[in-house]
Amino acid sequence: MNLKERFTELKKKKEGALIGFVTAGDPTPDDTKDIAEALIKGGIDILELGLPFSDPIADGPVIQKAGDRALRAGMDPDKFFEIAGNIDGVPKVVLTYYNIVLQRGLDRFCADCSKTGIDGIVVPDLPVEEAEPLLKACRKHQVCLISLAAPTTTDSRLEKILGSADGFLYVVSVTGVTGARKELSSQIKPLLKRIKKVSGDLPLAVGFGISKPEHVREVIGAGADGAIVGSAFVKIIEENASDKKAMHRLLKDYAAELKAATRH
Amino acid sequence: MELPDSMGKYGLYGGRFAPEVLMPALAELEKSFQKYSKDTEFQKELAYYLKEFAGRPTPLYYAKNLSEKLGGGKIYLKREDLVHGGAHKLNNTLGQALLAKRMGKTRVIAETGAGQHGVATAIAAATLGLKCEVYMGTEDTFRQKLNVFRMNLMDARVIPVESGSKTLKDATNEAMRDWISNIDDTYYLIGSVMGPHPYPLIVREFQKVIGEEAKRQVLEKEGRLPDAIMACVGGGSNAIGIFHEFLKDKDVDLYGVEAGGKGVETGEHGAALCAGTDGVLHGMYSKLLQDRFGQIKVSYSISAGLDYPGVGPELAYLAGEKRIKPVSITDAEALEAFKILSRTEGIMPALESSHAVAHAIKIAPEMKKDETIIVNLSGRGDKDVFTVAEALGVNL
Repeated sequence: MNLKERFTELKKKKEGALIGFVTAGDPTPDDTKDIAEALIKGGIDILELGLPFSDPIADGPVIQKAGDRALRAGMDPDKFFEIAGNIDGVPKVVLTYYNIVLQRGLDRFCADCSKTGIDGIVVPDLPVEEAEPLLKACRKHQVCLISLAAPTTTDSRLEKILGSADGFLYVVSVTGVTGARKELSSQIKPLLKRIKKVSGDLPLAVGFGISKPEHVREVIGAGADGAIVGSAFVKIIEENASDKKAMHRLLKDYAAELKAATRH
Repeated sequence: MELPDSMGKYGLYGGRFAPEVLMPALAELEKSFQKYSKDTEFQKELAYYLKEFAGRPTPLYYAKNLSEKLGGGKIYLKREDLVHGGAHKLNNTLGQALLAKRMGKTRVIAETGAGQHGVATAIAAATLGLKCEVYMGTEDTFRQKLNVFRMNLMDARVIPVESGSKTLKDATNEAMRDWISNIDDTYYLIGSVMGPHPYPLIVREFQKVIGEEAKRQVLEKEGRLPDAIMACVGGGSNAIGIFHEFLKDKDVDLYGVEAGGKGVETGEHGAALCAGTDGVLHGMYSKLLQDRFGQIKVSYSISAGLDYPGVGPELAYLAGEKRIKPVSITDAEALEAFKILSRTEGIMPALESSHAVAHAIKIAPEMKKDETIIVNLSGRGDKDVFTVAEALGVNL
């Protein structure tokens, strides 16, 4: 199943998509498959795997530390694709920074995604102005380049971004970096409203600062097609690194709790 | 064609590889900069501060003792170490802080390695009444504790950065994250010709005064252009600053002197032009020290200000075009140059600038007596005395 089919199916069921993010290789590359499977059992609809970069400027401390742990444990793009290829059950998306894509080669990176069943690529430091070369490679290998929009995005930029957006639009809920926040950003409702006027059929998934069932319920209620939860899962991994069984159970249970909040 | 182009590119290099949140702010910054760089009131105010506050123009000093000792070409020192604050950094921070005020921002943030840019930002913020917070890797806060204290005295808050390698690269990441989170009231005052467009352009435009003065001064003193100019390169602001005015003078050799650390062959260095490969870091496409997967390597240098695994995109471009010659100088050679200049001229150069001095010492003996070299003496060495003492085995 690909992203498009997943969103269509959920729409029919009147559910929002729960997109679960974890950093691949955290705490070690051997753990990622089990962690992903726990999330899938819990009910995530789409899996977003972070491919760690040494200098992740869009990430807050929780995901930064996860990246550091993964890199120290020997995570690299070769291992990433090997691991990703062994996970199935839900559509998969990779999030990484542009230099990692660039050094592998745009064409090779997209070909590897295609081969391992990764349907979308999110690159937070690649704005639409610089995206053309990667877009070309994505089209060739039929992988979606997931575009991002933020509260600061102007209407004219939004138009440009939507012009090449594919899979879903990653709506950044805050002017800030990733990480759990107590309250949902007040910027999100007006932003969703503004985007929905012009986004047509493209699904909208909200991320950054979404960590609790009530956040998920609120963004789905505000018209989003999906909610992306990352740091909250990564925190569970960090706090339970010594007890894998408990980690998997907590991940599965929390995913189930968040998933329930996507149902209208 | 004048570079950068409309995309902020210098050939292949430069551009704007930034998170979407920042893109509108970068566009706004570009617009404001274009507007004020043509605004006579703004230029008048900047000229006032550069002259009355920073102490410009700085002398172009003939280092007679050193030149005669080496017995070759004549060595001139562009005395940026005499700029208020102790380095060329204030040229840029005054310009950008004035721009920040014009843009209605009340808070400036900066990244710093050696602490010179942090100090220069603190100075500009104090005199112009802006709130100032400076990100600095914890490793650097130890190496440069004197500068941390100087910033505190001028009411700037230094935020130690614990992530990654705890140096300039990580301080830059953290400053960018702060800017992403506080885009409304905050101006990110980048200290070198790096980062996403328009920063490499803005910093060059505020630093090119060094080369403009140097050209006028050398023509007055020698009646001809110099044969070679050397400047140390971390991010590259003092290098671009002095090179820019001479780029079209093809007979002037321009040397970008990078941190060779323990030797480029050891892998422990900061020489991105000499030994780096193309990639994207901190919003720019440039030469970087990285592994084959694209993970950024930790650079190394005795001088905190050159300890950066990237380099400004315009320098990467100029090196590719063979207009500048990248070279490297090891820690040991820089220390030796620090000692020689202190003894022969009574001038203690910053360890960063000592790299440029060291390369001049290398090539001057092979030059004719009527040939001239300008060394951009970008900063003074007082901040480095603890590091130098330690390297020399002296207990202070």
